[in-house]
Amino acid sequence: MFGLDKKDATLLVIVAILTLCAPFLLNPFPSESALAQFNAGYPDLMQRFVIFGIFAIGFNILFGLTGYLSFGHAAFLGVGSYSAVWMFKLLSMNVIPAIILSVVVAGLFSLLIGFISLRRSGIYFSILTLAFAQMSFNLAYSVLTPITNGETGLQLTLNDPRILGQSATADGSIPVTSLFGLEMRSTYELVMGPWAFQFNAGYYLCAVIMVLAFYMSIRIFRSPFGLMLRAIKSNQTRMSYTGLNPKPYTLAAFVISGMYAGLAGGLMASMDPLAGAERMQWTASGEVVLMTILGGAGTLIGPVLGAGFIKYFENIFSKINDTVLHSWFSFMPDGLENLVVMLVYPFIGKGWHLTLGLMFMMVVIFLPGGLVEGGQRIRRLFRRKDDTPAAKTEPAE
Amino acid sequence: MDAIILQILNGLDKGSAYALIALGLTLIFGTLGVVNFAHGALFMIGAFCAVTLSKILSLSYIILDETQTDFLGKPLKVKVPYAESWFGPEIGAAIIDWSVPLAILFSIPVMLLIGFAMERGLIKHFYKRPHADQILVTFGLAIVMQEIIKYFYGANPIPTPAPDVFTGSYDFGVLLGFDPNVIIYPYWRLVYFGFSAIIIGAVFSFLRFTTFGMVVRAGMADRETVGLLGIDIDKRFTLMFGIAAAVAGLAGVMYAPINSPNYHMGMDFLVLSFVVVVVGGMGSLPGAVLAGFLLGTLESFASMNEVKSIFPGIDQIIIYVVAILILLTRPRGLMGRKGVMED
Amino acid sequence: MMGILEVKNVNKRFGGLQALGDVNLSVAENSVHAIIGPNGAGKSTLLNCLVGKLMPDTGSVLFDGQSVLGRTPHEINQMGISRVFQTPEIFGELTVLENMMIPCFAKRDGSFRMHAIGHMFDEAELVEKAEHMLESMNMAGKHHMHAAAMSRGDKRRLEIAMCLAQEPRLLLLDEPTAGMARADTNNTIDLLKQIKDERDITIAIIEHDMHVVFSLAERITVLAQGMPLVEDTPENIKGHPKVKEAYLGEAH
Repeated sequence: MFGLDKKDATLLVIVAILTLCAPFLLNPFPSESALAQFNAGYPDLMQRFVIFGIFAIGFNILFGLTGYLSFGHAAFLGVGSYSAVWMFKLLSMNVIPAIILSVVVAGLFSLLIGFISLRRSGIYFSILTLAFAQMSFNLAYSVLTPITNGETGLQLTLNDPRILGQSATADGSIPVTSLFGLEMRSTYELVMGPWAFQFNAGYYLCAVIMVLAFYMSIRIFRSPFGLMLRAIKSNQTRMSYTGLNPKPYTLAAFVISGMYAGLAGGLMASMDPLAGAERMQWTASGEVVLMTILGGAGTLIGPVLGAGFIKYFENIFSKINDTVLHSWFSFMPDGLENLVVMLVYPFIGKGWHLTLGLMFMMVVIFLPGGLVEGGQRIRRLFRRKDDTPAAKTEPAE
Repeated sequence: MDAIILQILNGLDKGSAYALIALGLTLIFGTLGVVNFAHGALFMIGAFCAVTLSKILSLSYIILDETQTDFLGKPLKVKVPYAESWFGPEIGAAIIDWSVPLAILFSIPVMLLIGFAMERGLIKHFYKRPHADQILVTFGLAIVMQEIIKYFYGANPIPTPAPDVFTGSYDFGVLLGFDPNVIIYPYWRLVYFGFSAIIIGAVFSFLRFTTFGMVVRAGMADRETVGLLGIDIDKRFTLMFGIAAAVAGLAGVMYAPINSPNYHMGMDFLVLSFVVVVVGGMGSLPGAVLAGFLLGTLESFASMNEVKSIFPGIDQIIIYVVAILILLTRPRGLMGRKGVMED
Repeated sequence: MMGILEVKNVNKRFGGLQALGDVNLSVAENSVHAIIGPNGAGKSTLLNCLVGKLMPDTGSVLFDGQSVLGRTPHEINQMGISRVFQTPEIFGELTVLENMMIPCFAKRDGSFRMHAIGHMFDEAELVEKAEHMLESMNMAGKHHMHAAAMSRGDKRRLEIAMCLAQEPRLLLLDEPTAGMARADTNNTIDLLKQIKDERDITIAIIEHDMHVVFSLAERITVLAQGMPLVEDTPENIKGHPKVKEAYLGEAH
């Protein structure tokens, strides 16, 4: 199906079904129940899941396949966001031209940065990309203010020309982003008994694009091009002594992953039409690294899992405060309850990053293959119990 | 001319901080072959050693002062630091005033301990792993460290003043025959520069004149051979890591009065320090120091108004531009050696 | 007669060390030519000059009448020179079949081709070629094994197979039996003999092991201290006083 073998096609179908049914799956608890705080089926959160999923899928094409660790990919995401917002300011509120422009601009920008950075490899490459991204961030903050609106960030105003659209709506407000008239913010709420499910147009646009992006990444993984990228990671010496030039392959991977980042940035701006320099900061680049590694670098599904995992827990963890904790542990005797709350408290709420950092270290130390490897290990454990011989895991799955 | 001298001076304190962090990074990289992304966090922890000590020293209790009254006519509540009540008001006040220099003594054991723990507990297991893994795990550690600090100290910068003696500025212009108030330089920055020079000197003489230093230098040149000689390299590595952590920590302690410490100051310095290391040449100690001062000075030159009017925003990017140019033209950096990290 | 590989007056210095001094070498087409010499004789330096890893200070290296100097390793490889390394260089993380596919692609598509849409195993012709190659190397049944998990002998066979899949005109071998047990060494000798009999291929081999050299070589060049000492047939080399001297000199 679609040029994929059975296993990959199954994976694609599962991912497609999961993303399309996400409004149901992420809202398993009735809206009035105490567990409703674990629901994640809100439009803006679901949008973030899939947008960062796209970002991580793209990053994985570079890092997972070639092993080149870029610490500057947020720059492409930021550039994508700026381009999209400019399109909304100048052309129209339709998201399609904005997304196309953001992919193109991010592609060109990554071609430039990749061309220079890829003249070095290993840690030098990481530092070069880091330097470039930090430079872009500083530029966006200072000199490029006419384009980026500096610290405030780029926003839409009532004075924007919008040649093919309108500067302001009839009631004098800024128009909203849309797909040929379908407003990105429009949400249909389905109430079924105690449950409430939200279906958001913007989310579905992002979800469809993510499934397409995921499909593209499977094709790339299984293609001769993907094979060459894995060869680069495995042994560059043998590669060049086999008559293959690693440079253009790596550059192509870099540009493709830059375009994925631009796509994510463009979608981000399409959902909420503003762009700020902080999207380009190196902590943002670090975040996509975390997602990819946590999920499983070099695996197909890993980056999507990692992005969803981090964004979900970021949202849930930061909502939990000490009152919530106390209510959880209220069954314990008072002294014990306070102790437990005191011990847990640093890791939740604002302490989410601490948990994230620890989790990330654990993954790098004990589980270099990320969540996917964890899943495989558990599966193998069960298989052994069934006394069936453990099948060899397919490489690059 | 006076403007140029002023900018050179202004570059010195930042340059010193870059040089000290880069020195530690290079020591770790050169001896242990590990890329430490948590080094900035060590710098930050150093700065918070100063914060902590100054907080401890100014711990107070409250008494009612009968001689003073508040606006209701009741006796005023006055905070009296323990230090003052134990050592007498004058010595006590002096101790509190000098908390940042005192923190040097306090931070050395703390940083050594953190360094040892880090090397034994974590870094040791990553010697044979790829550089990407080392970057990733130390990056995670840096996040953890800065979040711990944030948990205890909050997200806002904490002003930590230098001793009163060092407030004010020194008028260099007069010394060099310019008009007064043309080239003035804060005393504490002068102290910082002098302090860094001493630390750098100490590290270099330690490597130059002790047997331990000799082994370390040999190890930097050819790690495998030194291992083959039957020298117990493990313990030395641990100690080396502790020293590098202490150097970063000291740089942080003394930097606290210049910029109020906050939990992410380490990350901000780390990115630049890596650039410094790369410009200086991976694995070259003199290169790290040279590049640190060079880039610090360059940065302050770029922030001159005359320069900025020609190249707007150049001060924001000069370091990166220089780094990129150097990496592309002299891949080994200013003083890098052949064969170090040439994959 | 012009050989397929012509090395003329090649010099290479490293600082004060003369690694190669006026090396001249001519490898005749479809022959097996061995380059021997004591440690430090410059054998590896010479090899690196042939494949683009090092640039000689002076002199010329012609392959089939074209200069290889100033070209990158992958360009030289595409000209028809394949190299086998002292320690097998293979793609350890990939499967054996994937390892074999890579040179097949390189042969068909050149040094770069953006081929991101098709499935790598949909290329029936190349898969067949790769499988056939593995079979002829007695490695059938190991298709889906990770290359890194194989024995050293198998890694060596795989590397040679990968080189042959490119149908090179010149195969360079850098001490292919270094560190091998006797049995493995003999297997490798048989393998190389078989390759030579079955194909139109020129083999240049750098070797330390005299047993290997005398079982295979048709001509031998002896290098000592960066200079070519003698070039002759194996029979004449065996008793040559200069060669004995060079090797005995090393023993002291």
